[in-house]
Amino acid sequence: MIRYFIKRILMLIPVVIAVAIVIFTLMYFVPGDPAEIILGAQVTQEQKDALHEQLGLDQPYIVQLGRYLYDTFIRFDLGTSWINSKSVSAELGARLPKTMIFAIAAMVIQVLLGVPLGIFAATHHNKFGDQLTMVIALAGVSIPSFWLALMLMLLFGVRLKWLPVYGVEQWQGWILPVICGSLGVLAQMARQARSSMLEVIRSDYIDTARAKGLPRRTIIYKYALPNGLIPIVQTLGNAFGTSLGGTLIIETVFSIPGVGMYLQQGIATRDRPIVRSSVVILSILFSLIMLLVDLAFAFIDPRIKAQYARGGRLKKKRAKYNTRGKEAA
Amino acid sequence: MRSEMHDRLQFAGIMEPDEQEEAKKQSQFLEVLKRLTRSKTAMIGLIIFIILVIIAIIGPMIAPYDYAEMVVSEKNQLPSAVHILGTDDVGRDILSRLLVGTRYTLLLGLGACVVGLIIGIILGCVAGFFGGWVEEVIMRLCDVMQAIPGMLLAVAISSALGNGLVFTIIALSIGRIPFVCRMLRAQFLNQRKLEYVEAAQAENCSKATIMFKHILPNTISPLIVATTMGVGNTITMAASLSYIGLGVQPPPPEWGAMLSAAKGYIRHYPYQLLFPGLAIAILVLAMNLFGDGLRDAMDPKLKN
Repeated sequence: MIRYFIKRILMLIPVVIAVAIVIFTLMYFVPGDPAEIILGAQVTQEQKDALHEQLGLDQPYIVQLGRYLYDTFIRFDLGTSWINSKSVSAELGARLPKTMIFAIAAMVIQVLLGVPLGIFAATHHNKFGDQLTMVIALAGVSIPSFWLALMLMLLFGVRLKWLPVYGVEQWQGWILPVICGSLGVLAQMARQARSSMLEVIRSDYIDTARAKGLPRRTIIYKYALPNGLIPIVQTLGNAFGTSLGGTLIIETVFSIPGVGMYLQQGIATRDRPIVRSSVVILSILFSLIMLLVDLAFAFIDPRIKAQYARGGRLKKKRAKYNTRGKEAA
Repeated sequence: MRSEMHDRLQFAGIMEPDEQEEAKKQSQFLEVLKRLTRSKTAMIGLIIFIILVIIAIIGPMIAPYDYAEMVVSEKNQLPSAVHILGTDDVGRDILSRLLVGTRYTLLLGLGACVVGLIIGIILGCVAGFFGGWVEEVIMRLCDVMQAIPGMLLAVAISSALGNGLVFTIIALSIGRIPFVCRMLRAQFLNQRKLEYVEAAQAENCSKATIMFKHILPNTISPLIVATTMGVGNTITMAASLSYIGLGVQPPPPEWGAMLSAAKGYIRHYPYQLLFPGLAIAILVLAMNLFGDGLRDAMDPKLKN
């Protein structure tokens, strides 16, 4: 088991470096001369050259890439913004907690509301409650989150004045962003929980439990739920990724000073160090969460656990052999 | 050849007429179609989608005004008999802009999904066909692409390529490639163990024939379902890109870009935000309804 953990963590390193290379390369092709972006359109050729040399932009691509990787992963220095010369690391450090609060709060709401709603729908299959839940879930999946954000802001912020329109200085400021940021995935999760629960409820072992006369509650929560939850746990990591990507829009709409808004500013001003560092940091965060979900999953699911528990390889091979034997028979 | 032999065998009374078999083969497709048409919600989704496709094609012809014509004296007008959905901040008719914009939003969503599907299938087939290090390289590339949250990947590619319809389709499609590729590979691994592949191997079919003629047709339906269900999501992403200043920018009246232009007027002219957003929601809803129906029709096991 521990060997599996270590292997997975080590496998993350090349992926993260490759992500940095991909993002650096993409940003390398962003149109526009950096010198003109920094100094304005009316600069002389000498000034441009001097700035290029200062930023190392006169070097070939591969040298720039090497320096970027060295700075990012060895010196942990994400560079400085081209526009206002502020350190990107410091700025990201100050902004990351806000984005994390947002993403984690969204995830908690998604799980705590989405999964029970899905179970409710599955246990009331084809009744009014099921249909109502699924209509709402379908609407939740279909409404673009940033438009919902604007509409709720209009209703509760501008018209009713119950909640602040922007900013998160007061805790009330978080309510609308978190609702809007979580709704899409919440609805998706409810839909998924419903269909996976329905599938489990129809399996033979549930029929057996029912035939034994076990109470309904026991059957659903003790027998069906653990198996029904497996596909949902698998999607948790991706749900977190969607929330992280969603921060870009939601933070912009509600003026939350997080990484998403920083990234948006970087895009608008073509400030490449900001864009690439924000995307790389968010991707690392996403990969870490994906890894955690995978590891938790391996820990929870006894079938996977058994595979890697002791001498995982040997067991796997034997399993293969066994199935082959069955096929032949 | 085959039918001739069949006829002879039938004549000799060795084989039953294979009409039944033929009917069975045909009916697989018909059965899906029948189940699909029986689902009310899927049909509602399909009808809305077809209406929107028609609007996308003839949009400029039925638009009451020129979508780009600015009449400053008529700016920021509330919905009325003259301008059914009102006018925007420079006096352009919102209904006309929505009608013309349908083609952009629709093309972005469908285009990105179809391009992603095709490239994904090609890469997936290459990986499955060659195996070995080729497969390893493609799958590791997929890992890297999937390590970047979808929206952020689209943002990064879109800012590198610049604005415009084609560039945005590319930016959105790249995020879908690893998804298709991975799904196809998983299907391949499953199918490879099945008997019909063994039978084809025994008949000395070439690897390519087995891959493309035998395995691919059997794996395509879940991919089509996943792609249909992904269109709605992709449309939302396209609108988000345009909203933050990437994607398709004016003059084309893409719906997300319309929302972006109207966001400054939320206090005074909220109707300018209401209609483009509603249009996006209706389109995405239609795609989701149809996608759900298609999934249930193709795989009745999941029907619930």
